[in-house]
This record gives sequence, C-alpha cells and structure tokens, in this order.
Amino acid sequence: MIGIEHLTKSFGKLTALNDICLELQKGQAVSLLGPNGSGKTTLIKSILGLVVPEKGTITVKEKVITKDWSYRSAIGYMPQIGRYPDNMTIAQVIALIKEIRPDHIRYDEELIEGFGLDKLKNKTMRSLSGGTRQKVSASLAFLFSPDIYILDEPTAGLDPVASELLKEKILKERTAGKLILITSHVLSDLEGIASHIVYLQDGNLVFYKTVEELQLTTGEVKLNKVIAQIMKGDVPLREPVRNIFSIQERQGKTS
Amino acid sequence: MYNRLILSAFFSVCAILAHAATRQVNPSAGLQQVLDKALPGDTIRIHPGNYRQSNIIVRKQLVIIGEGYPVFDGENKNEVFIIIADGVVLQGLQIQHTGRSSLVDMAGIKLQNVKNVRVTHCKLLNTTYGVYLQNSKRCIVSNNLIQASAKEELQSGNGVHAWKCEQLLISSNRMSGHRDGIYFEFVTRSAIIGNTSSGNIRYGLHFMFSHNDTYEYNTFQNNGAGVAVMYTRGVTMYKNTFYHNWGDASYGILLKDISDSKIDHNTFHTNTVGIYMEGSSRIHVTGNTFSNNGWAMRIQASCDGNLFEKNNFSGNSFDVATNGTMMLNTFRENYWDKYDGYDLDRDGTGDVPYYPVSVYSVITERIPVAMILYRSFLTRIMDQVENIMPSITPDQLKDIRPRIKKWQL
Amino acid sequence: MNGANTPQMKTIIKYVLVDLIRNRIILVYTAILAVLAVSVLGLDDNPAKGLLSLLNITLLFVPIITILFSTIYFFNAIEFTELLLSQPIKRQQVILSEYLALVSALSGAYIVGIGIPLLFLVSGTESLVLVATGTLLTLVFSSLALLVFVKSKDKTKGIGIAIIIALFFTVLFDGLLIAFIYSFSDYPIDKAVVGMIALNPIDLGRVLMLLQLDVAVLMGYSGALFKKFLGSPLGNVFSVTCMLLWVFVPLIAALRIFRNKDL
Repeated sequence: MIGIEHLTKSFGKLTALNDICLELQKGQAVSLLGPNGSGKTTLIKSILGLVVPEKGTITVKEKVITKDWSYRSAIGYMPQIGRYPDNMTIAQVIALIKEIRPDHIRYDEELIEGFGLDKLKNKTMRSLSGGTRQKVSASLAFLFSPDIYILDEPTAGLDPVASELLKEKILKERTAGKLILITSHVLSDLEGIASHIVYLQDGNLVFYKTVEELQLTTGEVKLNKVIAQIMKGDVPLREPVRNIFSIQERQGKTS
Repeated sequence: MYNRLILSAFFSVCAILAHAATRQVNPSAGLQQVLDKALPGDTIRIHPGNYRQSNIIVRKQLVIIGEGYPVFDGENKNEVFIIIADGVVLQGLQIQHTGRSSLVDMAGIKLQNVKNVRVTHCKLLNTTYGVYLQNSKRCIVSNNLIQASAKEELQSGNGVHAWKCEQLLISSNRMSGHRDGIYFEFVTRSAIIGNTSSGNIRYGLHFMFSHNDTYEYNTFQNNGAGVAVMYTRGVTMYKNTFYHNWGDASYGILLKDISDSKIDHNTFHTNTVGIYMEGSSRIHVTGNTFSNNGWAMRIQASCDGNLFEKNNFSGNSFDVATNGTMMLNTFRENYWDKYDGYDLDRDGTGDVPYYPVSVYSVITERIPVAMILYRSFLTRIMDQVENIMPSITPDQLKDIRPRIKKWQL
Repeated sequence: MNGANTPQMKTIIKYVLVDLIRNRIILVYTAILAVLAVSVLGLDDNPAKGLLSLLNITLLFVPIITILFSTIYFFNAIEFTELLLSQPIKRQQVILSEYLALVSALSGAYIVGIGIPLLFLVSGTESLVLVATGTLLTLVFSSLALLVFVKSKDKTKGIGIAIIIALFFTVLFDGLLIAFIYSFSDYPIDKAVVGMIALNPIDLGRVLMLLQLDVAVLMGYSGALFKKFLGSPLGNVFSVTCMLLWVFVPLIAALRIFRNKDL
C-alpha cells in the first residue's frame, strides 16, 4: 500500500533519511522505532507530503504522491503534538475536518464517543489538557475510516483508560485489513499491536522484520525486551537489511 | 454708497415714466429704427424671438425691456448694444455671440461715457466682453447671467469690465468662463456685492488702481488664479467666499501694493494659497476663516504694519509661509488648530506663543520635492525638535496670545 | 490559487475566522483602535486634526502590529496547518485560506476600530481613504508576514525579521530618503523620489492621504511632477497600484515557496 524507494532527505548537513526503501502492505501494523533524530518523523512527514523528498519516490496505493494530493484521503494522521487554534471548540474542529471532506458522509465516531468528547464539545482547545487534545487528534485520524493510519506517538499523554481504548481501536482496524504505521516510545503500548518493526538509526534503515522473527532470533517474548536485546547489540542482526526483496519474500511466506 | 445710487436711479426713472409712451417691437421690425424714432423717456417692449440684429446704438434715454428673453445675436462678428445716452435701462434681453477683435473690445453691452444707466436681468452668452463700462458714473449692473467658455487668456475678454468709472454698483451677477470675471481699472467709490464669479481663466476679480471700493458677499471659486487686488488703497472686503482656487500661481486673494484696507469675515476654503500678500501695509485682517488651504497665508517680507487678529485657521497644510526672517506684522488672538499649547490660567488664550511657520514649510520652500515626505513620522519628529529649539523658522513671527477655542464667526 | 476546491477554502476561512474573532489580541487591538479613534475625534471639534492623528496612528501601529501578529499566528498554527495538510487538499489552498482569514480578521478589526467611529464622527472621502489606506497596509504587512513565515526556519528568527521589516519601513526608509533628497536637491530628482516612494508601502499609504489632505499645497509647487503626478487622479492610481503589488508580489512569492517548504 505504501511503497518507498530510495527515499533521501537532508536538512542542511544533517541527513534525515538516507536511501530508504520500504514496502508496507495492508493488514500490517508497522511500528516505526529508533532513537530521537533517527528520521522517524521525517519519514512520516514524507509520506504525508509535508516534507518534500530530495530523491526517491513514494507511492500510496500505487500512485506517486508528488503528482496528486488526493491520495491523502486514504490516510488518517494523528500528529505527535496536537495544537489547535486556541478559540476553536472541539465541535468546531471536528466540523471543520468533516467539511473539508465533503466526499464523506459516514463517519466513524467510535472514539469521539469512547473518549467522551461529545460531552466536552463546546470547550475551546485552549482550555483542554494535553491528553484531551490527543484524544481529539486520535478521533480525527479515525473519523473517515481510512485504509492507512499514520499515528505519531498516539498514546503519549493519554490516561491508561483512553490508551487502552485507542489500542483496541487500532487492533480492530488492523483486523479489518488496514495498514497501520505507528511510532511510539512506550514499547509496551505496541505489544500485541505491532506485526512488523521498522528500525531507523541516523536516517538509515537498520531492519524491517516481523515481530515473530525478532522474537525468534532474540529468544524474548516481550517487545521491550526484544528491542532492548537488539539495542545492546547482543543479537547478530547483520543480515543484509537493505535487501527489501528478501524481506518481501519472507512476508509472502508468512502472511 | 450704493443706496444713494439706487435712489437716484429710482427717481430718474420715475421722472421719465411720468410722460412716457410705450412701443412694442417684434422680430420682423428693426430695433435700431424703433429706437431712433422713439422719444427720450419712452419704453420699448421687445417681444420674444430671434433678432438677428447687432451694433444697436442707444442714443436716447430709453427704457428697453425684453419679454421672455428675446435673443440678439452678434453672429460672431459684431457688438450688440452700445449705450451712449445717460439714464438708459436695459432689461431682460438675451445677448449672444459677439465678434472677436484685437482692435476693438467687442462687448455684449457697452456703456460709453454715460451716467445712471442700468443693465439688469440680462443673459449674456458667449460674448467676448459681457458688460463693458467705459468712463461712466453711477451705473448699475445687476442680476445678469454672464457666461462664456473662453479657452485662452489672450483671445478672451472679461465678464464685467469697467475702466475709469465712478460709483458703480455691480451686484448679484453670475459670471463665468471669461478671462476675468470682473475687471476694475481706475474705478473708484464703487461696490461689488453678492456676485458669483467662477471658472474664469485668470481672475474671478481683477482690481487695479481702484481706490475706496467695497466688495462683499461675493463668491469666487475655481478661477485660474483666484482674485487679484493690486495697487489700491482703501479697499474693504467683507464676507466674501474664496473657494477652491488651485494652482501654482493661484490665490484666494493676491494682494499686491495694497494699503489701508480691511479684510473682514471672509472665508478662504481649499485654496492653494488663501491670501498672498506682497508690498502691502496697514491691512487689518480679522474674523476670517481659513480652512483646508495649502497655505492659509503667504506673507512676503515686503509687507509691514499689517494686523492679523481673531481669525480661525484650521485644516490648512501650512498656516503661514514667508520668504524672510524679519516680520513687521502682528498676529494676535487667532485660533490655530495646530497649536499644542496649554491654558493654565483659563483665560481662553494659550500661555505659550504659537509659531505659525512650520519647519516643514520652510524645508519644502527650499526643496519642493521633500513635500512627498510630509506628514511622515520623520517630519513630525522634525516639527517637535524645531518646537523645542527653533533654528530655521522665523522666531519673530508668532502669535503670543493664540486662542484655545475656535471663534464663532 | 486555482479555483478548485474553493468550498474547502471557504470552510477553512470560516473556522479560522471563528477562532480569530475570539482572539484576545484581535479584540484588544480593535478596542484600542476604537478608543483612540473616539477620543481623538471626539475631543477635538476639528475633524481635520483628528483625521491626521488617526493617520499617524495608522501609519505607525498598523504595520508593526499586523506583521508581528500575523507572523506569530502562522508559526503558532504550524501543527494545525500540518493537520489540515494531511487532509486531501492542496497545500497552497490551506495557507492561502489561513492568510485570507487572517487579513479578514485584522482588517475587520481596523475597520471596526477606526472606520465605524469615523463614519459617525467624520464621514467624507478623507475618512474613506484613511480606512482604505489602513486596510491596504494590513493586507501588505500580512503578505510580508506570510513571506517571513515561509522563509524562516524558526519562530524566533521570524519574529526578529518581522520587527526589522516593520521598523525599516516605518522609520529607517524615510530617513534614508530624506538624506537622499537633501544630498541631491540640486538635481532633478523628482522622478527618482516618486520611484523610491513606491518601494515603501507605508509611504504609499501616506501619499494616498496626502493627496486627500494636501492636494491644495501640492498644486502650489511649480514642479511639473507634483502637478502631473500628485495633483491628478494618476497619483491615486499609482499609489493604489503599487500597494496592491505590495500585497500580491509577496503573497504569490510566499505561496510558491510554501509549495515546496518542509514543515
């Protein structure tokens, strides 16, 4: 569903993304991991068209994204920091996004109800806590039941109840055959959600593997343990990670 | 003065009417023959219609009255009426299209060496000169419409032109489109009242060597150069309006070599220069309103002994400009809208003097193009600095008792 | 800039305006302008003087407040802009909508604050021209703010540049111009000076008012320039055209740059 070929982007001297190649399929929940500044956000923004790549192409549903902005109707995006105009109410923000998409008449308002946002709908964004704003952002991402979700630190700032609710929602969408691209620092939150891990470091793609595979090679079950093992460098991971075709082959077998 | 004029005219007319006959004239008759046959004191009634007759000479004391504005046409060749007898009355005629000549001043109505003649309620259209008075006394020109559409100064004449006359009354006429609306040269003890003179190429009123005249309640507007009063003493200008006279040589009034005169309760509105004064002395300028002019007054250094008091100055770009540093004139108790002083003792006059010559008017005098920066933040700073430390404005030119509130005029 | 999806633009403009008209700074700005206008016009029985004071207020405060507020607003709205951009809508339409909402709010504040008191206290052509001048200046400095926003990497730098731009046009430019005029006053510099005026939108606005208030004096200079250019409708046409260029050139440049800007 999302194809990335030789994507390169640098900001001045800093290379944010270095020749990244990835192929993400429907039904996957891809967890984008890596230390700060590894290029996760740049990758997400490139897919959304917020960052203009230097080299390489990105296709979403087989369409090259630089040509046409309409591909974004297939994507639900939840940004890392949800900042909204101070004096807009929740209801106005939701109405605004709905009116921008007049093509849609059926909305997925499960999260709005689940988070209890309808009870707060006349509160202005300025008066909301960071967590509530995250709830608004999440609700907006799911509003149009898109085929692709891009969630940037979705659970950050959410209370445990809301966090669980969101995770359930993500799982539900995954089961429904959507592609989910997710970044999170809280690895335990990805437990049971992520099917694949993409690991970036200094703009390079270190690996792109299924969770099962990683569990096998590390011998750990818990995702945070798995990742910890990898980061310590205890596990020999020096297989040719750049070779996406081999990864694709494996995926073909597993799925 | 003019009251006396009117009275004397009235009595003479009454005397004539006592034994007068009335004759009727229609377009088929020749007016000149009728006039020649008539006896002094007769009344000639002219019926409506087109009279293609001109160069008509009135040699006797007759009352000539048009009914429904009969039209006399000079056909762009001739003069129309020439009055050479005393006591003639000309009324209700439409006179048009006089000729143009560089040798003779062609006029719609010409008065030559006469007394007590009245020209009233006539329409003079496209005449080179409208009413032309030459060496005449105690004549009245009133309620006439004198219209032309002159384009060039040289080829055109004046609406009312008076030369070497005495005791004239020019009142309630409307003149436009001539070289000068009213032209006075060597005309004394006369009055110009309630006229409207507008859209003339040169001056609305042009006034030379005409002592002891009065003009009041007139309106002069949109004239090429405004009004010029020159080489005269003893003029009284009262309650006139000088409006919208624009141009680099255009003035509400241009005063040149005027002395012992009064400018009283006039209104100067949106003129490039309200009053321009040169070589003038002992003029009392009081109770006038100067509003929205470029310069309310330009007073050249050659003026002395003039007194400016109790006038209102508001909305003028510059209040006063001068070309010298000396100032031999007095300003007092004027209202200046630009005055920022205070009145702690509450006597209605400011406690610090007002300097009507602004620094920026001095600068633009020297460098006109600097005008483009007028009213910018920078020029305001310059004004403030100059207020604190006067350096280039004449510090003698000041109003030491500026009014805080506008005069009710 | 092309007309596709204008309903989307209308939507964004509508909701951003809803936010802006409840913005405290906008409200305070409107209130201060209104208080200044009423006090300046009400205290003095001389409308011409009041109008002049309002002109000074306009020339001094509208540019700096507009450019600062707009720059900060664009920077603060980055995340919101990103969210809008993640929707299927053209980039330039999003930023253009935000710009249009912003100029509507700011010029609305000016028109309400200055225009309404003027309407009641001093109606006339001069008042209309003053309101038009203030509105045009709002448009110009919003466009410049957008350009600053798309060209600067971060907010602090952007605000710094915005302040420099405002100060340059408010004070510094005229200082340089008067120095030029003084130094070359012996030469025929009329045309050059008029050309230079076109380089400063604040001066253009001031000239528009000058043509209203001081045309009588401008007619008094024998220089052909003043009469031909400033003393005729040509001067108004020239000033307004140049100001519109000051609105559209930075705006179009900003839109073009924004097309390829990394957020």
